[in-house]
Amino acid sequence: MKVIIMGCGRLGAQLAAMLEADGHEIAILDIDKYAFAHLPPTFKGRKILGDGTDQDTLRRAGAEHADAFVSATRGDNRNALAAQVAKHVFKVARIGSVIFDPIREEVYRGLGLRTINPTRIEAEMLRESIERPEDV
Amino acid sequence: MFIVIAGAGQVGHHLARALVADHEILIIEIDPSRAAFVAEELGEEMVMQGDACDAATMERAGMERADLVVAVTGDDEDNLTFCQIAKAKFDVPRAVARINNPQNESFFRQLGIDATVSATSLIMAHIEQELPWQGLLPVLTLQTRGLEIVEVRVPPHAAVVGRQVKQLLLPQGALMSLIIDAEGTPRLPTPETIIHGDDIILAVTSIETEESLRSALTSSTP
Repeated sequence: MKVIIMGCGRLGAQLAAMLEADGHEIAILDIDKYAFAHLPPTFKGRKILGDGTDQDTLRRAGAEHADAFVSATRGDNRNALAAQVAKHVFKVARIGSVIFDPIREEVYRGLGLRTINPTRIEAEMLRESIERPEDV
Repeated sequence: MFIVIAGAGQVGHHLARALVADHEILIIEIDPSRAAFVAEELGEEMVMQGDACDAATMERAGMERADLVVAVTGDDEDNLTFCQIAKAKFDVPRAVARINNPQNESFFRQLGIDATVSATSLIMAHIEQELPWQGLLPVLTLQTRGLEIVEVRVPPHAAVVGRQVKQLLLPQGALMSLIIDAEGTPRLPTPETIIHGDDIILAVTSIETEESLRSALTSSTP
């Protein structure tokens, strides 16, 4: 699949490396060129310096022919805007959007976005490590 | 009306000042020093420091009784999120967003934002109207069905000059609402009204027929 990832922080870069290893074609976007340093040296996908909430930038990243789009920056609002542009303007079939604020995540899920809430997932895993400390 | 404004920058600040005489206003501003500055002038009760996109802040602001929200921060993504949460979670009936990137304008309306205001587009339209080909100036986007009110200045050489309103071939769905002549006198157009050069025409049009309306009123060839 052709996948566009917005945000090349630790999360975006890790995801890019994992998806590339699975054989997908990756284009990764960030507004800070130093963020691409998070990518492994073996990364062969496209690195695009630009704002993923901007339609022209997304077009440059190949949004018109992309199969999937993931917004994984640290900003909930940016992630939600970019995911909605990908979904409604470019009709990208598969969308994943990171939304840290659980309430905002609920609203966006209600509006039809496929959202991932790291806060809740991390809290659940931490709870598990406290309540069921299996590996002592 | 109870109006909640997100963003106490220049736009939010002056908007609040203009509205406060007739409405109950609350501005939410994230930057504490900016919030304090605006509160000094407008009064503590009109300004709230916090993240306007945070549901707890919105609750504290009394969002569920807001009649209108206006998002005028400098970031489109913040303006969109504020409006979408206000509508989806607090059932606010009407949301207006300032747009910085003109590409977001029609897209935001598609997402249910009732009205959008783009300074970039307005300035561009003004610049284009100064150019030899005559432009069409969006005045107001109406909340329903993709209609807008536009302003067109009839160029002196336009084919419609000297013709009566009933002779004009306007696109389906476009409606001429007002004609302001070169002296500045407004008139309601009747079928017999004659169009003059430099008349300003206010018309209601759908966004799709905007371009054919512009061409019908400004083109030099009939």
